[in-house]
Amino acid sequence: MPDLIAITPLGATRPRIDSHGPVTLTEVTDRALASVAARLGHEAQTAALVTSLIGAPAPGPARMGGTDLTAFWMGPDQWMLDAPIETHEDLAHQILAQAKGATSVTDQTGAWCRFDLSGDGLADVLERLTNANTRAFTGGEAQRTAVEHMGCFLLCHSPRHISVIGPRSSAGSLHHALLTAIRSAH
Amino acid sequence: MLINHPTLGPRDASEFVYKGDAALIRRPAPDAPDALEQFIDYGYLRDNPAGAHRELWFHEQGDRSWLVVTRDTLTHEITDVELARDVARREGRSK
Repeated sequence: MPDLIAITPLGATRPRIDSHGPVTLTEVTDRALASVAARLGHEAQTAALVTSLIGAPAPGPARMGGTDLTAFWMGPDQWMLDAPIETHEDLAHQILAQAKGATSVTDQTGAWCRFDLSGDGLADVLERLTNANTRAFTGGEAQRTAVEHMGCFLLCHSPRHISVIGPRSSAGSLHHALLTAIRSAH
Repeated sequence: MLINHPTLGPRDASEFVYKGDAALIRRPAPDAPDALEQFIDYGYLRDNPAGAHRELWFHEQGDRSWLVVTRDTLTHEITDVELARDVARREGRSK
């Protein structure tokens, strides 16, 4: 086997961490993602599958839920599942085994990059980048919106910890936008 | 302009893409005897009302749902927003 070197979305061998003022921007690479979408007529089974996977009710519109294995709402009858890659590298296959044909499951791990903003004044940063009313976020929100013309998810774990999940192929642009907004705001 | 999304609440119009007359939901049956005439109407002929207009919008930078928006073409006032799939199912399509 060739000896392959895993690289992060930003192209380095280790996740990048930037700090400026009260905000820390962290590249997150230790999560596995898979999306589930109900097939026609199997909406209830799909919601029940999400509920059993995360051990909590399937999140409603623009919400997320769960603790170790979490899910956030992507659209009507669609959710994204998020789990530690250490234990769930084959997340999509694990879910597919339980889907029993009622749900379409897609591996999304390599499609996205994730940057976590932590610290104070995150709404000051994000209001420069998105339409989402991040100032009203209290925790549990999961909104898909545009960040610098890129379609991204904003996941609010708490007002002091917000994840931005964006297209992996635009990781450099997204990181640049976030860093520029942090420096502008603080 | 804000569009009051049925599940997500008011969202900025810049997140949406306009997809044309909502009559596009009613795709003619290809096996009808007058299918050619129906498809010419479906493909090319549109009403152009000065007033209430039902139109399709796609929430591209959001949950990627299709909406049927009733908008006044004179004032841009939006009086009704529904998920297109709900409209289609009510009309007996999308079974």
